Amino acid sequence: MVAETSAPKTTPSIGDYLRNNIREYGLLVALVVIMLFFQFLTAGVLFRPVNLTNLVLQNSFIVIMALGMLLIIVAGHIDLSVGSIVAFTGGLSAIMLVKWGLHFSIVVPLCLILGGLVGAAQGYWVAYRKIPAFIVTLAGMLVFRGLTYLVLQNRPIGPFPKDFQLLSTGFIPDFLYFINPLPGVITNFFALVAVLVLVALAIYNGVKDRRTNELHGTENEPFAFFVLQMGIISAVAIFLGFQLSTYKGFPNVLVVMALLIALYTFVTTRSTIGRRIYAMGGNEKAAKLSGINTERLTFYTFVNMGVLAALAGMIIAARLNSATPKAGVGFELDVIAACFIGGASASGGVGKITGAVIGAFIMGVMNNGMSIMGLGIDYQQLVKGLVLLAAVFFDVYNKNKG
Amino acid sequence: MDNIILEMRGITKTFPGVKALDNVNLKVREGEIHALVGENGAGKSTLMKVLSGVYPAGTYDGEIHYDREVRHFSTISDSEHLGIIIIHQELALVPLLSIAENIFLGNEIATNGVIDWPKTFSRTQELLTKVGLKEPPTTRITDIGVGKQQLVEIAKALSKKVRLLILDEPTASLNETDSDALLKLLMEFRKQGMTSIIISHKLNEIKTVADKITILRDGGTVETLDCHSEDISEDRIIKGMVGRDMEDRYPPREPKIGETLLEVKNWNVFHQQHRDRQFLHNINFNVRAGEVVGIAGLMGAGRTETVMSIFGKSWGHKITGEVFMHGKQVDVSTIPRAIDAGLAYVTEDRKQLGLVLNNNIMHNTTLSNLNAVANNGVIDDHKERKVATDYRSKLRIRSHSIYQEAVNLSGGNQQKVVLSKWLFTSPEVLILDEPTRGIDVGAKYEIYTIINQLAAEGKGILMISSEMPELLGTCDRIYVMNEGRIVAELSKQEASQESIMRAIMRSGEKH
Repeated sequence: MVAETSAPKTTPSIGDYLRNNIREYGLLVALVVIMLFFQFLTAGVLFRPVNLTNLVLQNSFIVIMALGMLLIIVAGHIDLSVGSIVAFTGGLSAIMLVKWGLHFSIVVPLCLILGGLVGAAQGYWVAYRKIPAFIVTLAGMLVFRGLTYLVLQNRPIGPFPKDFQLLSTGFIPDFLYFINPLPGVITNFFALVAVLVLVALAIYNGVKDRRTNELHGTENEPFAFFVLQMGIISAVAIFLGFQLSTYKGFPNVLVVMALLIALYTFVTTRSTIGRRIYAMGGNEKAAKLSGINTERLTFYTFVNMGVLAALAGMIIAARLNSATPKAGVGFELDVIAACFIGGASASGGVGKITGAVIGAFIMGVMNNGMSIMGLGIDYQQLVKGLVLLAAVFFDVYNKNKG
Repeated sequence: MDNIILEMRGITKTFPGVKALDNVNLKVREGEIHALVGENGAGKSTLMKVLSGVYPAGTYDGEIHYDREVRHFSTISDSEHLGIIIIHQELALVPLLSIAENIFLGNEIATNGVIDWPKTFSRTQELLTKVGLKEPPTTRITDIGVGKQQLVEIAKALSKKVRLLILDEPTASLNETDSDALLKLLMEFRKQGMTSIIISHKLNEIKTVADKITILRDGGTVETLDCHSEDISEDRIIKGMVGRDMEDRYPPREPKIGETLLEVKNWNVFHQQHRDRQFLHNINFNVRAGEVVGIAGLMGAGRTETVMSIFGKSWGHKITGEVFMHGKQVDVSTIPRAIDAGLAYVTEDRKQLGLVLNNNIMHNTTLSNLNAVANNGVIDDHKERKVATDYRSKLRIRSHSIYQEAVNLSGGNQQKVVLSKWLFTSPEVLILDEPTRGIDVGAKYEIYTIINQLAAEGKGILMISSEMPELLGTCDRIYVMNEGRIVAELSKQEASQESIMRAIMRSGEKH
């Protein structure tokens, strides 16, 4: 304690800390409140293992695309074409798998590459020809939707081979079934063990980070806060993990999604590329004069978006077990809304992966909860629109107050 | 005699955690030009915001007496109604609208929402004549220079029946001719009985126009000097501003000049927008190790364009010529290549081109050389923190930590962050474009000291400045530019304000 007070940088008081970080905690709290709210309104259906699994399956592709969209928005652009890319790549994968009979281990990487090419085609106009992204991707939205109708010849294609469907419908098998202590309750013991291991790792890393921060005299969040935050997150994670373990365990998609979230969090917070994207979004001219190749960076954010949209396209196709020309209509709006609810700034330079992910789940839980309650698409849209407005208003209000 | 138009008494304004103004008093007589000076952060702009109602009555303590009555302005339009008009440093004109549209923006001459254009134009014409502008009222703002834009702002103020005109650094971005014209105009208005308050860092200008000078320091009033009862020297004003005697505004230096570092030969550049117009003609110059070389010239002479075209072709088009470092030709065709060649460019516009304002000091410091604090594209937090901390203490950047956002720093400290960024790329030649523009006297001295240290370390410094005393005070050699050409090269002994101006004038006659 004595050492702490004599350190050059004092730990901020809880009140100050909360005020400075209200956005992030507010978002997490909002997600929890919304979940509890629907848990209550749906009479406990929301947290049922089957429904939790559905929640993951229904939202994974929005989350995955939000990762790429966040980079684009931080870079100061927008991508309206992702819904069409989803349909286009889904359609291409169907043709390759069903009509040409190619194996999925060839089709999946091929479609990811094609998605990257689609992104590159748009990124070229934005980055090197300086056409506003809104216009380029609006054009892309029409072009790729049109191409989808063309390649599918206006008809859905399906069903897919079983192994490809596993991308969406498969679960991680229970490797640890032989040591399951409660075979009657827990049906996938591995999922529970995995969650416990991850929680333990997270706590260990958190403590380690605090220690290195102290060593280097960097500001730490107040200890009580750290404990509270870790406690709540761990409890929620263990609860959700337990629920899933009483059903079929982890969906494959959940693992893919979790790995991607981890990867993109790392890229945005720790890598030079991430740092440069934030700098470019904050002030493109200054970034350019600092020796950053802003054109190339912009180009790659669009390539990246194309790849992620292609992945999402295949996940959706596998889930529906058919590729239809109407797949992914309106997804761009959900993805963009997730980023803005998550605190990204429309003028660029500001936004976090964790924010976009939580934003996507806020939308997802609302969709899911309202569907269970039997509310129609009309009310769902209305509520989602108002939530988006409220979230952004909260940002603006906070900014003006500070 | 006692015709005080404005008196601000005991103004105290606090922001969370900071006392920006502490018991400030200001008394302005009708019909005088009153200068408000002080270092950046002394509270000048805050005081004017209190006066104009940007900070509404009730958010500060103290009283404002204007026109013999206590006033409580709660919005800007309240103060404008009484003829208090403020012209901010960043001009508030809409670039794509015409002069006439801008002057009457929000105040249109209209009946039932239909604009009376003939009347608008004739009124605009009258106002433009008053400020000495010959442009037709339909000219778009983007088509006239900054100096004329400033005059349009004044015309706009006149259209609102101004009684007290407040100008926040009106000449900061003007060249000498435009500045002179503006100051003459102010003196003309004084004859007609108008009162002005002028905030400026340019002490020579203040000396020419001001009747009274009020000095602020650290949010408090230091003193008010009467320019008519005594002869006020610039050093006298500076003493009040910094609270100490400033023996010499330029720190002394013993130049130790070595081999030629940078040499530019036959540099020709065409205009960025008007692509068929050659803008720079046959530029040749060099910078040697340990040398501070200046480029003097009027605004529009092509100084910034010259260095930007060299620094990774970031300005211009159809660029030809050679650049040598240590006598070997180098490729400077992109910014990363120019950096690799050992060049660094500190821009004249640090907010737009120099800093990512919403990023913190640390992120701005490492931006140009991020790979030096990263392994395989992964940033090493501790290394980065150490670099930022080192530069923060070395350049004495005043901030509560390296995590403070650049936008919240004062001009001088922002400039030091930009310098840190470029020093971290370990350049051999550092190009400084107006390095002390808009920063206060104390911080200027610190910047000069840094320049001297760098020269002593054997780096070459190329410095552009519109303030001739600054060039004369710091440079070993000065190139003079005019109309896209280098028209003279003056050694420290030859250089003087007169010789520089003479070189410019003589070259002007030739064309």
